This record gives sequence, structure tokens and C-alpha cells, in this order.
Amino acid sequence: MPQNETIQDLNLDEYKYDFVTTAEPVFRAQKGLSEEVVRQISAHKEEPQWMLDFRLKALKVYESKPMPTWGGDLTDLQNVLDEIYFYVRPQDRMERSWDDVPEEIKDTFEKLGIPEAERKILAGVGAQYESEMVYHSLREEWEKQGVIFDSIEDGLKNHPELFREHFSTIIPIGANKFHAMNSAVWSGGQFVYIRKGDTLDTPLQAYFRVNQERMGQFERTLIIVDEGAQAHYIEGCTAPVYSTESFHSGVIEIVVKKNARFRYTTIQNWSNNMYNLVTQRAIVEEGGHMEWLDGNLGSKLTMKYPSCYLVGEHAHGEILSIAYSGDGQHQDTGGKVIHAAPYTTSSIVSKSISKGHGRSTYRGLLKVHEGAHHARSNVECDALLINDTSRTDTYPYIEIEENDANVGHEASVSKIGEEQLFYLTSRGIAEDEAMAMIVRGFIEPIAKELPLEYAVELNRLIELEMEGSVG
Amino acid sequence: MSDAPVLRVEGLEARVAEEDLPILRGVDLAIGKGEIHAIMGPNGSGKSTLAKVIAGHPGYEATSGSVAFKGENLLELEPDERSQAGVFLAFQYPVEIPGVSIANFLRTAVQAHLPEGEELDIFDFTDMLTERMEMLEMDPAFAERHVNDGFSGGEKKRNEILQMAVLKPKLAVMDETDSGLDIDALKIVASGVNKLAEEDPEMSVLLITHYQRLLDYIKPDFVHVMVDGRIVRSGGPEVALELEAEGYKTFEEAGAAS
Repeated sequence: MPQNETIQDLNLDEYKYDFVTTAEPVFRAQKGLSEEVVRQISAHKEEPQWMLDFRLKALKVYESKPMPTWGGDLTDLQNVLDEIYFYVRPQDRMERSWDDVPEEIKDTFEKLGIPEAERKILAGVGAQYESEMVYHSLREEWEKQGVIFDSIEDGLKNHPELFREHFSTIIPIGANKFHAMNSAVWSGGQFVYIRKGDTLDTPLQAYFRVNQERMGQFERTLIIVDEGAQAHYIEGCTAPVYSTESFHSGVIEIVVKKNARFRYTTIQNWSNNMYNLVTQRAIVEEGGHMEWLDGNLGSKLTMKYPSCYLVGEHAHGEILSIAYSGDGQHQDTGGKVIHAAPYTTSSIVSKSISKGHGRSTYRGLLKVHEGAHHARSNVECDALLINDTSRTDTYPYIEIEENDANVGHEASVSKIGEEQLFYLTSRGIAEDEAMAMIVRGFIEPIAKELPLEYAVELNRLIELEMEGSVG
Repeated sequence: MSDAPVLRVEGLEARVAEEDLPILRGVDLAIGKGEIHAIMGPNGSGKSTLAKVIAGHPGYEATSGSVAFKGENLLELEPDERSQAGVFLAFQYPVEIPGVSIANFLRTAVQAHLPEGEELDIFDFTDMLTERMEMLEMDPAFAERHVNDGFSGGEKKRNEILQMAVLKPKLAVMDETDSGLDIDALKIVASGVNKLAEEDPEMSVLLITHYQRLLDYIKPDFVHVMVDGRIVRSGGPEVALELEAEGYKTFEEAGAAS
């Protein structure tokens, strides 16, 4: 990883995704959430009856569940939800060629560097703008081999049986309030199927962009990794900074079948007035291997706990997460692993950095069910505080119902010390740079797992954030 | 040595920052170009404080007197500026920086020593680092380890010498470099310092130590005895031998009387 760039080299704005493109949507539902809005969404998508029924049922569940009182501060959220648009359709149909995407939308993604990234390394790219996917491509060879990388809507249309067999089976409607909300109004997201035994050497990638003010994004992703298959999926998220708050509530469901391996990487850099409440869950079957790599850098409040349900013998689940909380930000993140079969193994590594008045919370659940003998798990959460005003909390719930489970848990909180800074500055390194170096070192075990362009981006962000942070 | 001294300390008084606890009570010291000086003293005499004040540790505050390095007022410079000017402090307790490799750390430090606008060539740096490690008979894999993270006492001190070899200071202050080392490790570290002193005859060295044994391996030109925040005796290498024979007691009494 290049670590020798100095802050002066980086002519970036504090939040470089703060730009707005003027693209008129072709349809926008009325503000707020109602049965009418749900019906409109379903009608626009020309969905089968079962999906409309599913949405309406989910809406009832959503309405019946109270706002969570744990986690982040959601007291103002209802006001935000009353003011946002739950469905904004940016264009009439999804394009497969970049050239056909409307100029204004293309402009946005060009600024984010997406087509360029695709040309370089990625196997497939999906781009979601407001509520829907506007661009989708998959390298020809994968397409020929039968890899499916579609928008979720096309997944439902083109592969109805495969879709229905798995949709919402990984996370039931009643799981939590925001999952139910997503189930009622979902729009956009990905449908991915990797065939038995296929190995994708290059990652599939998706970008999510909220452009309009007062916009809610509710993407839904369903990924099926069939027996013995291997793949890596990356998503990135950004939005411009508006004076009003926005809302993002995604649901990601993944099935990792027998002996398959899958990694899901998220780098979320939403603007700092975005509520980001996401439900991510993977079911891992016998001998399967699932990794969540989760980076939460932006948003006002994120509540997100990627989870692995290890349902087959020798299944393995891994959750690596980095959270960065600056002034006014609260990252309430962590992970959940449920050991429901013998010989299952898991690992959770969580690192958080809190600066200024930022707050990071680790919230995790590790559960070993009765009968899941010989389960092994290790949980490690480390928090780094930059200033006296920053805050961190740890809630590591552990429930063990099996006697021979082997479970380790370590937690640490550290402050960047005067001695560390003096040591580095006494070698000629400026204080800001020394600070950035310590922070980069702290997240190194996770950053080294990131794809290069994200690792570089993360480094730059840290350098910018550490500038002038030494009081 | 007829040149002006590289380091001139005059009437230096210093205390722990924000505490009314004076530690240095008027230190005078002049170190000429290429000279090796040793400051010996009992625990709590202020010798390590002197090292930290020279390097600019934020936990200490000079309240009176002056420290001039090559004619420049060192006390006005930040720690990184002092390093860039050619001052190096080998730490008594080197600090762990997890996740940062020695190679990366040194590359950043070397870059910081270059004039503004000049970009360090990564290949030149790698060649230089390899050459420095060979000179100190170090395994190249050492540079990939994280700075002091999980190092033994000996490894930490060798890492200090490596940094010194890479940064090539004009004044090296060695703060109790011998502490916590067994005799084999001490020999390796001392031989590193000697090689660097031979390589650059203009480099000045200030050794801070409690014990005579370091001076068996690095021969000082001058020895000073510090007691209670003052230098109470200065002379040639024989002072260290006197000290070994008599202990600090005589000097402590002399200090109290002055």
C-alpha cells in the first residue's frame, strides 16, 4: 500500500462526493410511506402477485414494530421518513452499454470513476442511481458461462424459480423493523448466481449513488453461490451532502452452498447526514466459507451487523470491519455469528477509530447452539480514540449452549499516545503524518484485505481526517 | 577540535511540563564535532531528561538557559525539525507502532529529511536500506516487521541503531542504550555505533548511561558526571574509572556541597 503520499499532495475536498447532477427522474412516488406507495412501486415493476402480497405483508410488519430503542439515536428518524421519497425512478429502462446511459447520470458515475474501474479489473459492474439500477454489464466470458449478474428486478423476471426459491428465505420478514421496511419498498440491488464449481478471479462490483435530496434508497440484493463456487463482490456507496437528512436501508441476503467460498466487501462513504440501517445475512452450508469485509466511513448513523448463520458442518464465517466516526457520526456496527452445526468456525475482527466528537460502538453476537459441538470462534475488537472527546462502547454478547465450544474474546481501547507521536516526530516525520501513520497501522490487518483502489482511498481519507487533528 | 561546538548547552534548567518540578538545574555542556561524550549519573539525576529536552519531548519544558545546535537555537524547533537538522535520539524505551513496517517508517522519515519538493526514489531508498542493514549485519526480513511490535529488548535497541544508520545524524544522543541488554546484545549495539562513528568522523555522540560497562565498548573522549540536575565533574575517560572505583556517593556529596 502506498503510504508515502503527504497530505500536501492530496488536493481533495473533505468529502469529494459532494456534487449534484441534474437528472430529471421519469417517475417519483409521493412523499412518505403508505400502502399506495408500495402498490405503485410494485405496479411500476410489473411484478407478479406474490411479490405484491409479500410487500404488503412486510408493510404491516413494519408498521407493527416499534422504533428500536437500542443502538443509535433514532428519535428524529420518523420526521426524516415522513419527508423522504421512497421511490424515484431515474430512467425508463436499464442500459447494458455505458454509452446508452443518460448523459447526466453518466456524468455522476464518471466523476466516481466507475466505467474506468470496470475497464481495468472488474468482472461485472452494476450502478444504482436513486431507486434503480441504471447500468449493468458483465464480462462476456462470465455471461457465457452462465454467471447471472442482474438487477434484482431482472432476476425476478428472468429467473423466477431460482429467485423465489431463495428470496427472503435467508432473512424472514419479521427480523427487524428496517428489514421489514425494505421488504415493503425494495427497489434496485443485485441478483447474483454463481454456478456450481465456477471460480470468478476478478470481483463483481456494484455502486450505489443517491443524488436527489430527500431520497430513500432501499436496495435488495440476493446472491446465491452454488456448490464449490468462488467469488468476490464489492459495493461502494456515496451521496452528495444535502441540508436535509437522507435514509438508506439495504438488505443483502446470501446463500453460500456446500464447499463454496464467498467474500462480500462494502465500503460505505455516505454523506454525513445519511441514516444507514442495513441488514446483511449469509447462510453458510457444509464446508462453505463466507467473509464479510465491512468498511463504514460515512453516514450520520450506521447500524449494521453483518451475520453468518453456519448451518452445515465445517462451515466457516468471518467478519472483518473497520469503522471511522468523525464529528457528529455514530457507527454502531459489529457482527453476528450463529453456530448451528458441529465443527463450525468463525472469527470477528472489528476495528474502530473515533475522532473529535465521533462515537463508535461495537455490537456483536456470538451464539453456539446446542448440538454445535466442536465450534470454535474468536472475537477481537479494538478501538482507537484520537481525542479526549471521542467515545467508544463495546457490547459483545456471547451465548454458548454447548460445553466444548472454544470461544475467545479480546477487546482493547487505545489512545494515540504522546510517546508514539514523539517517537515518530523525533525521526523527522511531521505530527499530522505521524498521526495518520499510527491510524493506518492500527487498521492495517483489515486494510490489507481490501482491493487496492479502496485501500488507497481509505489511506487518503485517513490522511485528510488526521490533518489538524493534533490539539 | 578547534571548530565551534556542535552542541552547546548553557545554564539549562528544565522541568516536567505543567509541574513545578525542576529536574535540570543549570546544565553546561559543549560537544565538539566528532567527539564522543558520556554522561553518567545515578537514577533520577536528570541525565535522561537532558536527552529528551535536546530531542524536544513535549513532556518537558526548558525554563531557563539555552541549547544551541550548530549555532541554531534548538529549543525553538519542533521535534521533527530537530531531527531534520541532524539530531537523533536513540530511545531508552523504543515505542511500538503496530501495523507499520520498519521499511515504511524509515522511508517516510528519509522523505521528511529531504528538501521540500524533492521526491525520494523508492529504488534508491531500498538499495540504501539494504546496504545499511548489511553493514549492521541485520537480516533483511527485519525491515518488514512492524516497528518494535513484539520485539525483544535487543531487537528494539538494534532497531534504534538501524534508524540512526539510515538517518545519519550529526549528533546522536544515546539514552541508556545499554539498559536491558545482555552482554552479547550490548556488543552488537556498541559495534553498530562504532561503525557509524568511524564512517562519519564528524558525527558527535552523547552517551547517557548509568554503568561503566557500555564505555568498555564505546570509548568516550570525555566523561561527565551528573548529579541532581547538574554536571558536577567533567574529564577524560579516567572519570568513568574513578566512578567505578568510588561509586556515585563521592560525587553526590560534591554535588550537594557546590
